[in-house]
Amino acid sequence: MNCETIDCLMKCQYLSFADIAEAREEKLKINDGKDSRVLEQCLTCYACQEYCPYDNNPFYLLVERQEEKGILPAPKPIIEEQLRMMAPKGRITKQAVSGPVVDMCAFPMLTGCVRGKLFEGASTIVGMDVFCNIMWLHFAKNSTIRQRVPQMIDNIMSFYLADSGTNELVCFHDECYGTYTSVADAYGVEVPFKPIHQFDYINQRLNDLADAVKPINAKIVYQRPCSNRLVPRTDQVLDEIFEKIRAQRVPRKYDRENALCCGGVPRAHQRDELADELVEKNIKDMLSVGATYCVFNCPFCMATLGQEVAEQGLMPILVSDLVQIALGE
Amino acid sequence: MTTDLTTRLGKIVGSRFVSGEAEERYLYSMDPGTMPAAAPDAVVMPANTDEVQLIVQLANELKVPIVPMGAGLVLSGLTRALKGGIIVDMKRMNHIIEVNPISRYAVVEGGASQGMLKAYLKKHYPQLKHSMPDAPPIATMAGNVCIHGSGHLSVLGGSHSDMLTGMEVVLPFGEVIKTGSCSVSGKWFGRSPLPDLSGLFVGWAGTTGIVTKLGIKLFPNYKHNDVLIFVAEDADLMPEIISQLTSTQVAEGMTPWMSPKPAWAKGFLHINIAYGAHTKKELTFKRNLLQASVREHIDRKIAGFLPLPPPQKGRFLQIPSPDLARFADLRKGGGFEYVGAMMAIEHFPEAYRTGLEIAEKFNVAYSLGARIIGAGHCMMFFFAYAFNRADAEDVKRASDALEATNAAALKIGGIPWKAEQPAQQQIIDKMDSGTFSLMNRIRSVLDPNQVMNPGNWEI
Repeated sequence: MNCETIDCLMKCQYLSFADIAEAREEKLKINDGKDSRVLEQCLTCYACQEYCPYDNNPFYLLVERQEEKGILPAPKPIIEEQLRMMAPKGRITKQAVSGPVVDMCAFPMLTGCVRGKLFEGASTIVGMDVFCNIMWLHFAKNSTIRQRVPQMIDNIMSFYLADSGTNELVCFHDECYGTYTSVADAYGVEVPFKPIHQFDYINQRLNDLADAVKPINAKIVYQRPCSNRLVPRTDQVLDEIFEKIRAQRVPRKYDRENALCCGGVPRAHQRDELADELVEKNIKDMLSVGATYCVFNCPFCMATLGQEVAEQGLMPILVSDLVQIALGE
Repeated sequence: MTTDLTTRLGKIVGSRFVSGEAEERYLYSMDPGTMPAAAPDAVVMPANTDEVQLIVQLANELKVPIVPMGAGLVLSGLTRALKGGIIVDMKRMNHIIEVNPISRYAVVEGGASQGMLKAYLKKHYPQLKHSMPDAPPIATMAGNVCIHGSGHLSVLGGSHSDMLTGMEVVLPFGEVIKTGSCSVSGKWFGRSPLPDLSGLFVGWAGTTGIVTKLGIKLFPNYKHNDVLIFVAEDADLMPEIISQLTSTQVAEGMTPWMSPKPAWAKGFLHINIAYGAHTKKELTFKRNLLQASVREHIDRKIAGFLPLPPPQKGRFLQIPSPDLARFADLRKGGGFEYVGAMMAIEHFPEAYRTGLEIAEKFNVAYSLGARIIGAGHCMMFFFAYAFNRADAEDVKRASDALEATNAAALKIGGIPWKAEQPAQQQIIDKMDSGTFSLMNRIRSVLDPNQVMNPGNWEI
């Protein structure tokens, strides 16, 4: 292994290594399919994907190894029950859609976010039959991703996009965009449509709607989600969005490459005390910079942290809703 | 006779509150369960203890049966007039008489409902709550106590009859008596240190008197509340898990549930664990205790807590739980009944498997579950069956399944709870003969004319 830095492990915020030699040793074990404590202790935050200077897929490999070895990040009944909950329901029917088609993944409760000038003329698709399934990376279930993602892609095409006159799918959530770009690429899954990240879509719309923007003129803190690690380019696009609506993304310790997990996944892994610590660190960090809004793009992060954030006096809000405020909606 | 009866009842309660008309007699002839209809001759709604006393005296004079009724939601037909007579509907006696916030008890009339007390406490004593059964809010506290009901605080406080602090009762011959501390003191704080006469009226299916007032325990109403859902696949583990979770003594309520609907839940065994605290820090401490108690199963990856983000927890914190009501409407037609069998915790695996076998054999829509009573001291294991009341075959299937379940519960070592008349017979068949003999002697002393809800607890 020629890597000089072993950034994938040395930069990890949740695991410590005595020195680079130890990190290298553990990484070699993973590469060679041997037992490694990393496989047992990984928080599955995706960050190593971003840390790798060679654009390799250290996280996907790690999850692959976990599954090969039967290492369960969470108890088996928890994984099995969620696999059933999130399984395709087969209830999908053909629906006429027109662009922009916004993929709301498994979040029907958020379809109301697709409204107003920002999403003018948009159609939404939502439900378990179009669920991106990337969450199984948190549960050592690469096999489920391989099995279900092609079916989801086929559903999106045959039930929606094929007859729509558009080949573009706006992904509301980083996870979907990460699936149809990074994961699909790594797993050799063909994606017949063009995924558009919500940030790219919003950024473009703000160009069109520049005259309608009323500056937010407020400090915000951003809770960067794990899945954005798969598509770090889009974090820069988000900066452009914030700039256009005059929302000041205040630098804080746990943002950008140093973003800290919201705590949701550790709870699923039965590591509640660690999750509590992460929540506390995040909120303390947010409060220290005097922001008005706590902005999320991940609905799961918002569900996990939103109540706590609100109790501490910050307003939890999704990126799209913040932009809509700037548009006077 | 009916005209004479209603006329005389009318003189006691006023003509607006008595009826011998066919419509009322029909409505009061059944409950939502599977038991066949049995119509009364008259229905009467007294407003106070004096009126109840006069009604009972009249029933004795005329040798007419008398059936006390709260909301009529027992589901096992205990408020049907099996031998005709008068149904005494207690709903007008619905006053909250007293709340003692320091000694934490409430005194209510015999027809006061769960929902009324909940609303009253919320408005006047938000720091207090009482244990609610998962029944419609109209269910009465007296009715639920008298059937040994249980509720969302039953891990904390035991069954609802354990939370009883005293009673005022009109005996079958018309005397009014008190049980518990209120018989000596002006306070309704408890049943000790006196001979526990409350037991003469609890579990007797209304055959020993009419409860006109009762005292019940209240509990702290926490600012912060949470629920955990523990999930396992192996029924044989459940007694140990329940024992471990209850050993922490921080849960207020624990309800295992096993259901084929929604489809993702089929085959998994869940335990909803509700707990509360005055502060977030205390809440986290309690959560950690609960989690630590079952850590060995988590570490073995064979069971664990379902991840639930805060917004998803609201549904599971609703009191009463809406889930049974949803299940009750699973088969359109609104029929729903269950065998709740009180049994030792170690019988959980056998009860679970028996429930699955019976549901399959009789092809009935089912939901299985339990409510843990006390710190794991016992449980009410329920085998619930939904059916379409308008479909006679469906009703018959559910009824047959219930009968088979009663027999199976007894065989396991359980005792059918609030047993319907046929199940009472099954219990009596298995009961110690001395016990049943004593029950009969007590009844013959209390009710020489055999007017109180006859047909129940009889051979």
